[in-house]
Amino acid sequence: MTLERAKLTLGPLHFHWPTAQRRDFYARIADEAPVDTVILGEVVCSKRAPFFDSHIPEVAERLHRAGKEVVLASLALVMQARERQAVLDLAAGDDFLVEANDLTAVAACAGRPHTVGPLVAVYNPGTLELMARQGATRVCLPGELTGDAITALARAAMITGTEIEVQAFGRLPLAISARCYHARAHGLHKDGCRYVCEKHPDGMDLDTLDGTPFLAVNGVQTLSGSYLDLLGDLGRLRAAGVSRFRLSPQDCDMVAVAESFRAVLDGAVPAAQAQDRLRDLCPGRRFSNGFLHGAEGKSYRPAVGAP
Amino acid sequence: MTRPASPPAPKPLALVCPAGTPAALDAAVEAGADAVYCGYADATNARNFPGLNFSPVEMRAAVARTHRAGRALYIAINTFPRAGEEAVWHRAVDNAAEAGADAVILADLGLLAYAQAHHPNLRLHLSVQAAASTPEAIRYLAQAFGVQRVVLPRVLTLAEVTALTAAVAPVETEVFAFGGMCVMAEGRCQLSSYVTGQSPNTHGVCSPAGAVQFRREAGGDVTARLNDITIDRHAAGSPAGYPTLCKGRFRANGTTGYLFEEPTSLNAADHIPGLIAGGVRALKIEGRQRGHAYVARVVAEFRRAIDAAVAGGFTLPDLASEMEGGRATAGAYDRRWR
Repeated sequence: MTLERAKLTLGPLHFHWPTAQRRDFYARIADEAPVDTVILGEVVCSKRAPFFDSHIPEVAERLHRAGKEVVLASLALVMQARERQAVLDLAAGDDFLVEANDLTAVAACAGRPHTVGPLVAVYNPGTLELMARQGATRVCLPGELTGDAITALARAAMITGTEIEVQAFGRLPLAISARCYHARAHGLHKDGCRYVCEKHPDGMDLDTLDGTPFLAVNGVQTLSGSYLDLLGDLGRLRAAGVSRFRLSPQDCDMVAVAESFRAVLDGAVPAAQAQDRLRDLCPGRRFSNGFLHGAEGKSYRPAVGAP
Repeated sequence: MTRPASPPAPKPLALVCPAGTPAALDAAVEAGADAVYCGYADATNARNFPGLNFSPVEMRAAVARTHRAGRALYIAINTFPRAGEEAVWHRAVDNAAEAGADAVILADLGLLAYAQAHHPNLRLHLSVQAAASTPEAIRYLAQAFGVQRVVLPRVLTLAEVTALTAAVAPVETEVFAFGGMCVMAEGRCQLSSYVTGQSPNTHGVCSPAGAVQFRREAGGDVTARLNDITIDRHAAGSPAGYPTLCKGRFRANGTTGYLFEEPTSLNAADHIPGLIAGGVRALKIEGRQRGHAYVARVVAEFRRAIDAAVAGGFTLPDLASEMEGGRATAGAYDRRWR
């Protein structure tokens, strides 16, 4: 069986990077990264959005000129009137595909083509088919799904014609809250947060009492302490019908990360060699892929069969 | 001559109470619950603990007993069906309809569609696990599936709950008032499965007991671990709470402490008058895993407090002994919590 060329998506930046750093980051992605799609927009905290929203048209234009598809992501947890309005405005726009990251956006996007992000609960074919009927052309599945569940969903997606995307690199978004833990760890509240999350461009490390690295706090979001690495599992997922892989931006050389994933998908480099390279690119980081193997997400299990 | 009908009186705030066992169900009914919610003894419900919950036969008997007392019984089928195992969840919805449940509490959109298609007369409530936090999301679910009541996520302030309730009428809102409290948006938290492989979303358990170990250290301290992750440590002899992940002590930014939340219970009892004024339809007590004595005490105190508030003489319920670590918070209902 020949497979269509798998695509790479650069997921939304979860962290609160300074505006100049963000613009430089996306400029380099546009010029150098072998990714097919780039997702822009603030997913984690609406208080951060004003810093970068006005730059999105220019950044999107540059990515578009470089041949990348641009998708705009909606906020993960929508509560306030201005947040609701921002979602409605996003969904009403004509220029870009929108990634729905909560039920407000799912509702607003219904009836027109859109994508569904990993923070929306799509756990089974019944829900996937519902999303497809409403116009979802692509669904990035929740991080905690097992390989068996992904396989069942990918099979259903072949019938509905939906693209199935799976996150393959970066910290996993594990939880979202109304409370800002970044502010709390600094003795502040969300309303007067002083944007302390900007201090940690890769998330604030949260360790156990024994000093074991565990999670990463990013404002109202809690991420995995480990980076997801599915390099060794790409072959199995491709065979199951997964057509896209998401690379979640971390504070490392994301161009080189994308090159590693592209090379393995193209069969140009063995997975083991790319994994060595990935560890060089992310010094001091731990890697995991347990969810895919039906185990605790933080564990790393050797892949079954190389791609 | 006919007089124009006067507008119907607003329905009073209903008290919705947990039951993990037939004894707890009887205790809740006896103590004044308007409705009791239960689950089947499998992964279809979000309190999938050993020795808890109801078989289909027990559930039919529970519905009959509750109805004889003039109360309602809701069945929570509020986890997300695992791909390839949907039949288990579909059967639970079929069983609930057959048992005569007054409503099923669902979270999964595909399962809502199934219930609507196969049991059009079954009343649908949206679980907190579905994370519907805006009028747009709720109106969509009401329109798409006929959802008649929404249990609101524990992320909203009292002012936001009130505004949302007005915006979504005639869809009813139900809010958590007491018991264990998730600090993360429910149905969207993968912390437990990251550590243990068991998820509230697909297994119906958070920080499962099978993964908990208490270990006595050389110095006498007791360490509580979940799988191989240290959640908290206590001096020997001091009370050690259940090591729920988000209520543990961790280190970040050079400090050590309860970085997500302290071991504490939700208690929104002092908001009862505000919730009544805000048009909220039902107050929910958490705790299907709790014993019948706990259920009896908490339900009786809330019954008294609601009745007093309706009569204009509200006084706070006395529930200090029922709170985790003796502590409580109104959680997100107070804006400062954020």
